Amino acid sequence: MRKHSIIRWTGVAMAAALATSLAACAPSGSAEDVTGATADEIAAALQEESSITVWGWAPQLEPIVEAFEEKYPKIDVKLENVGTGNDHYTKLQNAIKAGTGAPDVAQVEYYALPQFALSGAFADLTGFGAGELEDQFTPSTWGSVSLNDGIYALPQDSGPMAMFYREDVFTNLGLEIPTTWDEYIAAGKAIHAANPDAYITNDVGDAGFTTSMIWQAGGNPYVVDGTTDVTVDFADEGSTKWADTWNQLVQEDLVAPISSWSDEWYQGLTDGSIATLVIGAWMPGNLESGVPDAAGTWRVAPMPTYEEGVAAAAENGGGGDAVLEQSENKLVAYGFLEFLNGEEGAAIHAANGGFPSTVADLESDEFLNYESDYFGGQKINEVLVQAAKDVVPGWSYLPFQTYANSIYGDTVGQAYASKSDLNEGLAAWQEATVKYGVEQGFTVNGE
Amino acid sequence: MPRGGRLAPAGTGPTTRKSVWLTIIMALLAGYALLPLFWLVVNSTKTQRDLFSTFGLWFSGDFALWDNIVQTLTYDDGVFLRWFGNTLLYVVVGAGGATFLATLGGYALAKFDFPGKRAVFAVVLGAVAVPGAALAVPTFLMFSQMGLTNTPWSIILPSLISPFGLFLVWAFAVDAVPTEILEAARIDGAGEFRTFFTISARLLAPGFVTVLLFTIVATWNNYFLPLIMLSESTWYPLTVGLNAWNAQAATAGGEAIYNLVITGSLLTIVPIIVAFLFLQRYWQSGLAAGSVKQ
Repeated sequence: MRKHSIIRWTGVAMAAALATSLAACAPSGSAEDVTGATADEIAAALQEESSITVWGWAPQLEPIVEAFEEKYPKIDVKLENVGTGNDHYTKLQNAIKAGTGAPDVAQVEYYALPQFALSGAFADLTGFGAGELEDQFTPSTWGSVSLNDGIYALPQDSGPMAMFYREDVFTNLGLEIPTTWDEYIAAGKAIHAANPDAYITNDVGDAGFTTSMIWQAGGNPYVVDGTTDVTVDFADEGSTKWADTWNQLVQEDLVAPISSWSDEWYQGLTDGSIATLVIGAWMPGNLESGVPDAAGTWRVAPMPTYEEGVAAAAENGGGGDAVLEQSENKLVAYGFLEFLNGEEGAAIHAANGGFPSTVADLESDEFLNYESDYFGGQKINEVLVQAAKDVVPGWSYLPFQTYANSIYGDTVGQAYASKSDLNEGLAAWQEATVKYGVEQGFTVNGE
Repeated sequence: MPRGGRLAPAGTGPTTRKSVWLTIIMALLAGYALLPLFWLVVNSTKTQRDLFSTFGLWFSGDFALWDNIVQTLTYDDGVFLRWFGNTLLYVVVGAGGATFLATLGGYALAKFDFPGKRAVFAVVLGAVAVPGAALAVPTFLMFSQMGLTNTPWSIILPSLISPFGLFLVWAFAVDAVPTEILEAARIDGAGEFRTFFTISARLLAPGFVTVLLFTIVATWNNYFLPLIMLSESTWYPLTVGLNAWNAQAATAGGEAIYNLVITGSLLTIVPIIVAFLFLQRYWQSGLAAGSVKQ
């Protein structure tokens, strides 16, 4: 539920670790082969002394674990934060390859899920009755955890994208809030012309952002068929539409050359020199905590679209929790998952700044009518929940997405740096991705 | 300080010759090296709020250094102190052990003849060339089969090996411990261990301390190995722990604690600076040893 891939370059060795481990990530047969259980069996297991290990970095996990242990005092949950994002996945992958040492339950972002699910590292939860939970979650998050007729995780949070903007900046310049990307570019020009140090947004290239933007544009660059047939095509209509639009912003220096989550970024969000952020719905909590001095100046609006009046959004970040195939206590692990991602856990999650993926929470009056002081009293959840409904269906990620994202900087990132055509950057990314996929034994289409 | 590559002309002593350009260049380099440190000191006095709203390279806003230190030490039930203790453990046992083993081994290679010495030499030289990070993943897989991952041993055992330290002591011992002294000691009836601990060890002190400093710095800053090996935050060293704090803000609903990350980093480097100040005279003489034939 780290929102966004902040790519951390922990060195070549990390990529190598991932590469070597991907090749052989079939689960070892050491754990007893439990593929399902009835609700009664799970309830009974929760009343017996046992313990499970949970790996995750979401801050909401701690209070949820406490509540779970209170409800099921015989279960001991060991919660470990083994790293955020990539660090976490590398560790998970290493433990899976080693055959021991993996947790029973792991947090996983939607973009990384196929990698673990399709390689057999995560348990298919269908046999435990997960299929009955479908109605509880939004279609886009449920779509993210269902792969190949299996259910490999339960959704925890979601990140439907919206446009967060500085009301003061737009008011001072007499600018309308953009509703289409053409208007967005025009506003970007006006903001930069009025103050050369000010930009409509920041972007130095980020794999998570790029894929979400292509998602919104209706692109479908990744198609996964079965577990090993993959197509990568960044020349499809949606990808091109995004790249052509974004080219104008990058090539005319309308986006600040500042990476997200950096010191400069927070400064820009504080002083208004970064006027908008097109980002996931989990952002309000981070603004309140990281940019306290700008309270009252931020607002949220729907993400600009390509066609006037045709709402479209995408998911940006967000994730769920999965049960490891290696787990020797799958019944309790699944029982924990139902608590964590079900009604009780979702309530605690939302109370601690998470953006839910559960329909009941998203549609509750209390949630929708919440007036955020930080956002000048705006009912922000009305905008964000609508965004969740507008998410374009049909997107999927690669079964080796964490690796693909790790080489984004060498390909698309280069196009950003040299202000050359992003379409060419995407083509280079496609080429490198396909090459890696083939090396890993996938059947990959897309020269 | 370097005095340029040329010999000083006759009549001008090394103390009187000064180069304005070299002084300027060295001052710039010193500034370049010290600027991040300065930034760290300045920003550890700021609150989370002032951190992003005030100028980064000078003091402003509330002076919150003491507050920050208290918060750093108490945040999350004082986990910082636990990490500090872990780092100390890894350094004392790991770096201390590595230095001890390197001294024993280097001395033996320098002063004893035995079959296979050349092979050992080749292996050690080869090992110097292999970066530790490259071995981390294979070591992880091996340790995980032995059930050692996620224990302090997974950090300490690999830290005990310092091919570079061994090589340094070896090169140092060749000159620093005259073979004649050893022969004299043997003739007087001292055993090898007694000779080593009472005579050779003292002569080797500068080399020993040099290796100690290198291994302390390497173990103190060790990041990748513990990152891979450990999954329980109770065994994290400071490097991995601070990184976890740093990543925390970039999580939905995560609390931004950059002020604690910065203050924690400052506290983390204090011991290493102290160690350096205390040991630097040994280090200087250690590095200079052997450069001049006496």
